[in-house]
Amino acid sequence: MRDRIGVYICHCGGNISDVVDVERVAEAVGKIPEVVVARTYVFMCSDPGQKLIEEDIRKYDLNGIVVASCSPHLHEKTFRSAVSRGGMNPYVYEQVNIREHVSWVHKHSPEEATEKAIRLVKAGVAKVSLARELSEIRLDVKPTALVIGAGLAGMRAAVDLAKMGVDVHLVEKEHFVGGWIAKGYKAYPEGKPGSEVIRELIEEMKSGKIRLLTGAEVLSVTGSVGNFQVRIKVRPRFVVGECDRFEEAMEKCPVEVDDEFNEGLRKRKAIYQIPTYPELPAIDIASCNRCGECVKVCGEAIDLNQQSEVVDIEASMIIMATGFKPYTPKEGEFGFGRKGIITLPQFERLLALSNGKLTYDGREVRDVAFIYCVGSRNDEHEYCSRYCCTATINAALAAKELGIRSYHIYRDIRTYGKYETYYEDAGKNRMLFFRFTPDSPPEVRTEGEKLLVKVRDQLTFGEEVEIPVDLVVLVTGMELAESEIYGMLKIPFSRDGFLQEVHPKLRPVETAIGGVLIAGTCQSPKDVMETSASASAAAAKAATYLLKGYTELEPFIAEIDAEKCNACEDCVAECPSGAISMSEIGGSKVAVVNGALCRGCGACAGICPVEAINLRGYYYDQLRKMIDALLEV
Amino acid sequence: MPEPKILIFAAEMAYRAADQAGLMKAWYPVATYIVRIPCTSMLRPELIIYAFEKGFDGVFVASSGPDCPFLGESCVGKTSQRIEKAYELMKGRGIEPERLLMSGVCSTCVETLVGKTKEFKETLSRLGPVKR
Repeated sequence: MRDRIGVYICHCGGNISDVVDVERVAEAVGKIPEVVVARTYVFMCSDPGQKLIEEDIRKYDLNGIVVASCSPHLHEKTFRSAVSRGGMNPYVYEQVNIREHVSWVHKHSPEEATEKAIRLVKAGVAKVSLARELSEIRLDVKPTALVIGAGLAGMRAAVDLAKMGVDVHLVEKEHFVGGWIAKGYKAYPEGKPGSEVIRELIEEMKSGKIRLLTGAEVLSVTGSVGNFQVRIKVRPRFVVGECDRFEEAMEKCPVEVDDEFNEGLRKRKAIYQIPTYPELPAIDIASCNRCGECVKVCGEAIDLNQQSEVVDIEASMIIMATGFKPYTPKEGEFGFGRKGIITLPQFERLLALSNGKLTYDGREVRDVAFIYCVGSRNDEHEYCSRYCCTATINAALAAKELGIRSYHIYRDIRTYGKYETYYEDAGKNRMLFFRFTPDSPPEVRTEGEKLLVKVRDQLTFGEEVEIPVDLVVLVTGMELAESEIYGMLKIPFSRDGFLQEVHPKLRPVETAIGGVLIAGTCQSPKDVMETSASASAAAAKAATYLLKGYTELEPFIAEIDAEKCNACEDCVAECPSGAISMSEIGGSKVAVVNGALCRGCGACAGICPVEAINLRGYYYDQLRKMIDALLEV
Repeated sequence: MPEPKILIFAAEMAYRAADQAGLMKAWYPVATYIVRIPCTSMLRPELIIYAFEKGFDGVFVASSGPDCPFLGESCVGKTSQRIEKAYELMKGRGIEPERLLMSGVCSTCVETLVGKTKEFKETLSRLGPVKR
């Protein structure tokens, strides 16, 4: 029984104390015999807040700590560390959630919220009074990682990891690496074509430490951090060897389909290649008619009967770099679907395909209107994708070099950080800006060969202007790319529908799933620089585990009381990970737990007929005492 | 009668949903107490009964559902078995089955958590205090 407990009630800078009377909570729990000290503090997670715990442990010789603050998902680790530094076992600590579960949901009833907080904190004290000292389970970790997605983020993370000596499996669902950046015309800030930006990464990828699987998808993932088993299906490329006449083979191919790489603005053949890596063409078997023309040219380099293969790999950690997909406007949204109305990614490709002259649909383009925030900052997507303003102005500046006049029809401009100069340049280059409000969006109508964009311009006090242009570009934001893997790994999504980090400031590249990290635009919209930085961050974070050689798992595993065990073996059958087996101890058969395999679900404890099994950290006597405390009059 | 007292055993994902509810400043009955557990499959039927005997008017077992990070799909089946057993024990003690609620609550299922808790409170108000 822990009888010298310290309790700390956090104000959270008003987040809690504006609703809950924290002083009253401290006073109420201070009356519990086992509580030696009960204080409130403005920010428990701050350094001075943590110091308070450390100092009190020594000063009052404490043997249990309760912090009542935000969700343990945010700061449990923070406070456990403080408890450790104070010289105590970190697991005789309990965090009581009086922010998310009290002050934020009951802000209109401060009196009841305070009562509730008192009960919850008392329950926390009850739990700690029976807490056992626990220690982490040490697991060996091999330096192997799986990176999913080989766009900028995936390649950056893979190369960084490889340079640190980690063996990397890099899985890309397309037959070529590069993702969206490979399509960029002149990626800002230095204005290099996207395919050139990644050239260096591609060279580094050939280092030998990276095993690249293209045309590959993850079928299943089992296991957990330090020990993921991943099954991958590799679709055939049908191009199996070298040939110096691929160009000719592509020419001979009779099948023409829309070229996704060029956003459907051009056609490609069923055997095709994009300027990234691998430098081998691939055959899109869905559109191939198996006429064999390419085989006549390249012979054994092409095998139209190549089969899919299944590859099983092991990885200690997984980095998600699945990226984004651009928002596709709805049919009719600002005239989308009509000729001459295209999206920003399409405009990028149009620029890339221009040869000193911008043409669309066979006609030269002179005037372009950009409509900003299409699909963004509305009920469907409340967020702003941030990168699109700069990308659009950057594209308009590049188009200016081809003699294009541009008109920017915007709601607000966010060319933040280093990119303010682009906005200035746009003005210097006589680009015209018209501002609209969401309640009077611009309208696009077609008149003969021209498109007319009508806008009620807020910069001229609501004057209505009609701008004749050759091309309308809808500036679209980012959505999370689709993938089956999110569900397999059970990664939580953020409010904006991207993958959710554990904490935006404290753990910005980790997810709730141990050993699963996020890099790039699968986390949120990002520009090239931010993507690269987050990928390097994820790689560095992964390396902290991978290079140490071991990791420590939380100690919350099943514990079997051999005295009570009646050898019924119900738990053996109930365990999802085969962690329990029967063993002879002192002449009788009892169930024993393998700590490295135990996931800590407690299913065995729930099914045991004689309460011989407890889950560490959630002992039944603790839970019962909590129930008692919650109902105390 | 006073507000019915609700105990929520919140598994990993349901706990996150409760956090999210806070973040969204949602509202649910004040006399709701959330106890965090990793997974609802650890709930011994006897523990649920204990909560009633001590005076909780309702117990809401908020499992992670098929999103359970420990058991995945099989969480629902395992937890259901515990609940079935608890119903049997309740019957023997004359505790109305409506006082025990189980639902899968994913990490973003704020609506499920909040909505079910509100409904649960209505049900419990109709039933009156738990028989002890």
